[in-house]
Parts: sequence; C-alpha cells; structure tokens
Amino acid sequence: MSSPDSPPAGVAPRRSDRSPWNWLLVVPIVIPLLVPLYNRREPELFGWPFFYWVQLVFVALGVLSTALVYRATRRSAAERAAARSAAAGKPVSRDGGA
Amino acid sequence: MDGVNTVELAVFVAFFLVVTIMGFAAARWRRAGDLMHLDEWGLGGRSFGSWITWFLIGGDIYTAYTFVAVPALVFGAGAAGFFAVPYTVVVYPLIFLVVIRLWSVSHVRGFVTPADFVRSRFDSPVMALLVAITGIVATMPYIALQLVGIEAVLKTMGVTGEWPIIVAFIILALYTYNSGLRAPALIAFVKDILIYLTIIVAVIVIPSKLGGWDAIFGAADEKFSAAGSGGLLLGDAGQLQYATLALGSALALFLYPHSITGVLAASNRDVLKRNMSALPIYSLALGFIALLGFMAIAAGTTPVGEDGNTIVPRLFQDMFPSWFAGVAFAAVGIGALVPAAIMSIAAANLFTRNIYKEFLRKGATPKEEAQVAKIASLVVKLGAVAAIIFIDPQFSIDLQLIGGVIILQTLPAVAVGLYTRWFHRGALIAGWAFGMGAGMLMLYNVPRIGPGGVVVREHWGGSAFSLGKLGFDTTYTVYAGFLSLLVNLVVVVLVTFVLRAMKVDDGVDGTSPTDYTAEREDPTVRDLPDPLASDPPGTATAPAR
Repeated sequence: MSSPDSPPAGVAPRRSDRSPWNWLLVVPIVIPLLVPLYNRREPELFGWPFFYWVQLVFVALGVLSTALVYRATRRSAAERAAARSAAAGKPVSRDGGA
Repeated sequence: MDGVNTVELAVFVAFFLVVTIMGFAAARWRRAGDLMHLDEWGLGGRSFGSWITWFLIGGDIYTAYTFVAVPALVFGAGAAGFFAVPYTVVVYPLIFLVVIRLWSVSHVRGFVTPADFVRSRFDSPVMALLVAITGIVATMPYIALQLVGIEAVLKTMGVTGEWPIIVAFIILALYTYNSGLRAPALIAFVKDILIYLTIIVAVIVIPSKLGGWDAIFGAADEKFSAAGSGGLLLGDAGQLQYATLALGSALALFLYPHSITGVLAASNRDVLKRNMSALPIYSLALGFIALLGFMAIAAGTTPVGEDGNTIVPRLFQDMFPSWFAGVAFAAVGIGALVPAAIMSIAAANLFTRNIYKEFLRKGATPKEEAQVAKIASLVVKLGAVAAIIFIDPQFSIDLQLIGGVIILQTLPAVAVGLYTRWFHRGALIAGWAFGMGAGMLMLYNVPRIGPGGVVVREHWGGSAFSLGKLGFDTTYTVYAGFLSLLVNLVVVVLVTFVLRAMKVDDGVDGTSPTDYTAEREDPTVRDLPDPLASDPPGTATAPAR
C-alpha cells in the first residue's frame, strides 16, 4: 500500500517508439479519405461498383501496413529476453536504443 | 401475443440462456486474485492476450446497433451509409502508436480511466472531471442504443411490449455486477462466432436468391434514381462530409471510455499492435453487413411499422428458414449485450475513480472502489433501460450523435497529451469549453431533411453541417465533430501561448518519459498495482523531469 507512485529512478529502460517504418501508417489513413479518387462506378468487379469493392481493398491495405510496421519494429528476441531478466532483478539501463 | 414466430424465438431464447450461464461462470474464468479490486473487476486483471483482446475490442466497437443501423442507413441513403468502412479502416493505423503509449503509462501508473491519465499528466482535477463527465455522457446513450438493437430483433419476431427488454437487461446487469469485464470478454466469443456465421451465410445465400450482385446494385440504383435522394455514389456536396465523418469518427472511437477499457485490459503492447492488424477483419464484415441494405432494397423488404432499424432482421426473416433467422437474431441480441456490459463498466470506472474517489471520498480503499463501481454499473444500465422505455428512442439516437461530437473534445488532453505536455491545463479547459460550444451550436443548426428535400425538423437533425451557414458559397457539408475539434485545438494553442507568456503555473507532470514506452517486463510495470493507493499520482511528490 505504501508503494511510491513514481517508479524507481534509473531502473526503467529508455526506449523509443520512433521508427521510419511508422510513416507507412500514413498510407491507409490518407487514401480512404481521398473520396474523389474512388467515387465512381467503373471498373466494376463481380457486379460491384468501384466505390464499394475498392473500399474493401482498403481494409486489406490497412492490415498490410499495420502488420508490416509491427513486424519491422518488433523488438528482437534477445532484447525481450534482456528485458525479462531485468524484470527478474538485475537492473538494466542500457536496454532499448534508437 | 399474436404473430410470434415460435421457432425463431425458441432459438433466440436458447442462445440467450447459454450466454447468461457463461456470464455468471465468467467470474471464475482466468481468475487471478481478488475480484473486489477495480483492476480485476473493471479491467479483467489486465491480463487478456491477443485472442481475447480481439474478441473483446471487436465486441466492444462493432455493436449490435452498428449491425442494425449501418445497413438501415445504406438502405435509406445509399453510398453515404458506407462511411462506416473507411472509418474502421482509418482508425487502426491512426491509433497504432497512440494506444501503446496509453497502455504503457496506464500500467506503470495504475490508471484505469482516461481521466486518471489527464489528472496525473496535467495535474488538473478539473480537466479530469470534464473528461470523466464527457465520457459518461457520451457513453450513456450508446448503451441505450444497444437496446434499440435488441428491440428491432424482438419486434421482427413479433414480440412486443417492454418486459422482454427489461428482463434481458436485468440479467445482463446481474452478471456484469458479478463477473465484471470477464463476462463480456467470454460472451464476445459466442457473439462473434454467431455474427460471422450469419454474415457468411447471408453473403452466399441472399445474392444467389436475388439474382446476383448485379441485380442487387441495379435495384438499389433504380430506387435511388426514382426517389431523387441518396444514390449508389456520393453527390459532390456529400464527399467532404463522407471523408470528415470517417476521420472524425475514427478519432472519436478510441476516446470512448469503453474502447479504452478494452485497450487497458490487454496484457502487453504486442497484443495491441497485433490487434491493430487483426481487428480490420471486423471492418470487412461490416462492409458486407452494410450491403445488406442494398439486398433489402432488391428483395423488396419492408420494415416493421415505421422502424427503419428492423430492415435487416426483416431481410433475414424473408431469406432464411426460421431456425437460422433465430440464430441471426441471437447474434444481434448477444451483440448488444457485450458492448452494453463493457460500456457500463467503463462508465462505472470513470464515476468511481474520477468523481467518487476524487471528490466524494478521497480515502476509498480498493475494495470500496470495486463495490462502488459495481453498483454504478447497475445504475448506468437501469438508466439506459429507463431512457428507452420512458423517452422516445429517437432521443437516444440523437444523443449518440452528439456523443461522438462531445467525446472528440477530450482529444487534446487524452490523445495529444500522450505525446506532449506543452498544452497548458487552463488552455485544455478553455479548448474543451469552446469546442463543446461550437459543436452544440453546429448540431443545433442542422435540419433533418426528409424524402423529397422536405425539412422534417429544424434542429438536431444530423451531423452534416452545411458550410454555407458559415458564409462560404458552397453546398458542401462537413462533420460537425471535425469542425468543433478544430475550434478546440485552435483555442488550446492560443490560450497556451497566452498563459505561458503570463507565466501561469501549469502544475507538475505526474508521469515520466520512460512511462510511455514501458513494456510488460519492465520493473516499473506492476502487475496488480495499488491503483492510486496513496495520493493520486501527480499531486505533489512526483519529480518534474
């Protein structure tokens, strides 16, 4: 009950979520908002007007880019193991990077 | 009662009984410690892995009302109703980096609600209170709308009167009280399996009965050309509205307390990141569900009475054998229970943490907190039932529209605040007030246009604000929430400059930069912290960094 609200200083590893890969996330945000680009009927696909099927393709675009960013920015197994051993007791301050 | 379809009703009731049992049994599921703790009751012990999180957040944001209202909108207006698809495409990349920061800081500091974060980050109980009240007010009509979803299904089966809804919600309230967030997490499995089953069958069976997709889109096109309103494509004036509504709704989605509850219940950052790629599967499903609106046009489906929300249930009834229609109705009914439970838990957490504990009883123990939250969740649900029964359901639909606009006003504090503390706490309050005022003024000035361009109602008619009203020479409309958020942000920036120039004290940041990137394994992340056990974080002792 008396645990201090700030974490012990110097123990929390410094990390960053920054990565050039994150720019990929902009693609599925911007493209679905450019309505004039896809507000038309042709080309149709299986009887679906372009407007409808292409927006379902955007779903795949979103999945693809978030999955890519996740894979590319995932911490390595070694880093995660280091973090776990740090959690087990040994203080680590060099972890992370970038 | 005459005209009750007994086969449908029997299947529906059977599924309802199964989830009721699951709801009560959930209290024992994955149980770690003491359920009388807000972390356990209100966040499921913060232990949910990728699969459970997927079902939970999916069950949370793709609600029964969505499944009923989106196709109803497409049925009535055509392309404009399809905005739900880009909305749920844009949202995940948009919040990909934001939710992991929120997760990390909340785990290090023991935050349960977004208002907890604002309280600590900006050292401002007032702004935290505003965030909490905004969250509760925005969530309440959303819960009520879930009842509208159940009502649509019941009506279609020929069940009338209010008692079935009252019974359903009392049962829901009891097992939520008993099991907390574990109940909706477990029931979400059933809900989603039924929903996906229904959609897959619908997409295969219905088009083949109606003569293929060509015929479906053709029939819709004919109807809209004849009616002179709506259409298979957006009109010129509607495109800006379509884009801003999609973006604005996406920005709002993860500000809603119930979405944040789902996020915080995840067990680690990777769970969330993986879910940002997995949750769009629901968006794909939503796209097909939206097209049920066109299928209903092609099939010549008519709603029960004047209730447009019964379009999809009626379509199922016409196209499926009774037993399968019962399964589909169960999917919608259970689909209402899951989000209603999570929303009431989220609202209860907000009340407990940021109103009760902050202002009414500062020294509340974790056990008292959990008890208050459980009771608050009951009150919230009873309020929702009362709202539907005693007030016109249309009122809830309008309120929910307003809810999206008001929840956006917490964006500078909750979302931008995860990145920077540059905003002054006083400026955040000013921005909230101006954004709220602008939003209300705009919504007030939106008339509802009926078929044939007739104005049905002068005010509160929708969220598409005509730019012409601002003096622009155009017929373009824009989402009111989007504009009001811009007002909010401009005010926050300007007032921050002024207050900083005047050297007004802006309090002490209760968080530290490393909090925002903390991983599960870090020593600072506590599995079951004493949430705000001593003073709420950020009061005085935390070092400014």
